[in-house]
Amino acid sequence: MTDVVHAEWTKLRTLPGTGWLLLAAAALTAVVGAIAANAVTCPPGSICQIDPAKVSLTGIDLGQAIVAIVAVTVISGEYSTGMIRLTLTATPSRWRLLAAKGAVVSAVTLVTGAVAVLASVLAGGWLLARHDLTAAHGYEVLSLGNGTVLRAAAGSVLYLGLIALLSLGVAAAVRDSAVAIGVVLALLFLFPILSSVITSPGWHRHLEQLSPMTAGLYIQATTSVRSLPLTPWQGLGVLAAWAAGAMLAGALVLRFRDA
Amino acid sequence: MTTLAPYRPELHTGRDGFAQLLRAEWTKFRTVRGWVIGMIAALLVIVGIGALTGANSDCGSQMGPNAPTLACPAPPTGPGGEWVTDSFYFVRQPLAGNGSITVRVTSLTGLYSTHGVTAAGAGSPTAGMTPGVQPWSKAGIIVKASTRQGAAYAAMMVTGSHGVRMQWDFTHDVTGLAGTVSAASPRWLRLTRDGDTVTGYDSADGAHWTRIGTATLTGLPSATQAGLFAASPGYSVNTTSLGGGSAKGGPTLATGTFDQVSRQGAWPAARWTGQDLQGTMDPALPASAQGFTQAGDQLTVSGSGDIAPATDNTDSVKQTLAGTFAGLIAVVVIGTMFMTVEYRRGLIRTTLTASPRRGRVLAAKAIVLAAATFAAGLVAAAVTIPLGEHLLHQNGNPIPPVTALTWLQVVVGTAALLAVSAVLGLAVGTLLRRSAGAVTAVIAGIVLPYLLATVPGILPVGAEQWLLRVTPAAGFAVQQTLTPYAQVNTVYTPGTGYFPLSPWAGFAVLCAWAAAALALALFLLRRRDA
Repeated sequence: MTDVVHAEWTKLRTLPGTGWLLLAAAALTAVVGAIAANAVTCPPGSICQIDPAKVSLTGIDLGQAIVAIVAVTVISGEYSTGMIRLTLTATPSRWRLLAAKGAVVSAVTLVTGAVAVLASVLAGGWLLARHDLTAAHGYEVLSLGNGTVLRAAAGSVLYLGLIALLSLGVAAAVRDSAVAIGVVLALLFLFPILSSVITSPGWHRHLEQLSPMTAGLYIQATTSVRSLPLTPWQGLGVLAAWAAGAMLAGALVLRFRDA
Repeated sequence: MTTLAPYRPELHTGRDGFAQLLRAEWTKFRTVRGWVIGMIAALLVIVGIGALTGANSDCGSQMGPNAPTLACPAPPTGPGGEWVTDSFYFVRQPLAGNGSITVRVTSLTGLYSTHGVTAAGAGSPTAGMTPGVQPWSKAGIIVKASTRQGAAYAAMMVTGSHGVRMQWDFTHDVTGLAGTVSAASPRWLRLTRDGDTVTGYDSADGAHWTRIGTATLTGLPSATQAGLFAASPGYSVNTTSLGGGSAKGGPTLATGTFDQVSRQGAWPAARWTGQDLQGTMDPALPASAQGFTQAGDQLTVSGSGDIAPATDNTDSVKQTLAGTFAGLIAVVVIGTMFMTVEYRRGLIRTTLTASPRRGRVLAAKAIVLAAATFAAGLVAAAVTIPLGEHLLHQNGNPIPPVTALTWLQVVVGTAALLAVSAVLGLAVGTLLRRSAGAVTAVIAGIVLPYLLATVPGILPVGAEQWLLRVTPAAGFAVQQTLTPYAQVNTVYTPGTGYFPLSPWAGFAVLCAWAAAALALALFLLRRRDA
């Protein structure tokens, strides 16, 4: 198994695009988060419903798309060049291959995510303080020493890791990179759009609970957590279930279909 | 010695006209099974999501888990077919035929409540209210076809902070004298009815008059109701931070003081009648708070509510088209693959050998793709809107009236939105040559800004509007059927369904992105080796 992981790591590491994409994912996450934190204002004297952690981590919304590219390419790229046949000759056990790919891609995503989230939280804390949205004015303290903020930050890193596994699973199932990325982005973006137009309270709530992105990002909530349809960790669990389902589907297709 | 005859192929050289190129690209497009299936799937998913949305959106609040949902009443309809608010205090007399009314306004004062509707039965309905006039509190003179909700009218009025205005038939608003009214600086107002037209005049001294506007009220009956009125729209504070612009507030009251009332023409009634015209859903004060008093020459009129187009409607047409996003993702994937697959398979070299002029290849691909997507989008939108609205209507949702022109704008606009997005995918696919990056760039560029801008609570309103001005997501403005009105103080934010750009201006932003991407793609396609 170590050899398989090592082989996958070598492949991923030596592709020219990987490093740039991961760098872009981290940079864009931090930049979008900083822009959002900088845009937040609250008229003096009034109390605004601002969740400092969630605002600073807005960039995850964009960063996840780039993580999805990396994860999809890990397997779709092999199909488009025919490399997959060589890989499967070297590693006939397809379960182990997918597990190795999952381990490698989620590991690099977690590292990238940790950098991105740390940068976002630092930038957000500094920018929000400039707008006087600090603990002294009644807002949540944006520091990793604060338990809820730490949960939001660590959870966002895990969120990116799960997005990578979801993307990998989908790509293993559909093989073509364009279709795979389309399916992943549709899964992420369509639920929130649907739940914003379907007004029936029950449906609205169920769509939010089922949405991998909306429910998964509950992990970022640090204020009015009680009003959410799920607890933060349950929300991340929904995304984990989607990721597990996608990986299972991918593994089954990989196992039973010719490469 | 034998001379060899040069080889002459029996096949005639075909023309390499643009029509042949189009045909070649069309053949490629229609013979890839996945793309045709994808295009049909895009169409079906738009219709399906429209049906799902319509079937699962109830109006009103459910009192319990098993209680029936209450249908929402539809607001009254104005002469132009739009929904209106028609709620004010009317001090009226019948006016038979042509005539005119002139008054002097000496003051406009008001009361407002900062904490919602005043509890009924708690003493005076205005107890605990704060003195102050709203920007669009209004008092003045009005000629109205009848006291029916939504009946045609023309009015001259003083307002809280927008000077003298002439307004008619709810949507029309013309500026008169600026400044606020007071005893030291009164305003004279006059309305003259002549057949179907009503002309408004104002004056600062009662001697020198300025014509403000002429309203043509087609079909105005001979006998109209004319007189004085006062109205004051709900107090609202726009929370422009996170939360997408929530408004809080309550009903307000405006009181206008009039004197020097003079009338010309046939006014058969002997005295004024006071009436509280009230809509069903307006945040107006109860009738007991409104009224008028007459003391000698002076009339004081207090009213609550507004005479204006309704602006807090749900954009039902846009709501039924939520599936456009799913369709858009599908067509962007197809558009990108239309080019990237050529690179992956090496077909691009054959294509460019057959047609060495690369610009024409790109143009042919763009035309074929845009035409196919446009056709699918047109069918999808034309089916989805009536279907979705029918289901919404069955679930008790009132459907805001939409003119045929607006309907056409949305249907054609949605098809064009999908076509231009697919072409953007093609262009970015040509630039990057890699499917995954290109698809992500286009979808994240269009759908993500829309999501960030319209789901409340993610970004501040200013950032939301900025996103919908500069990113390709601005193109979704073409699906908007709500009209913002400057004379109505509402929260006009993406969260409440109002885009910062007009429908076609927003669409132009998307087109600019596609044009720029195509130009860059053309440049690189010519420069780089295939």
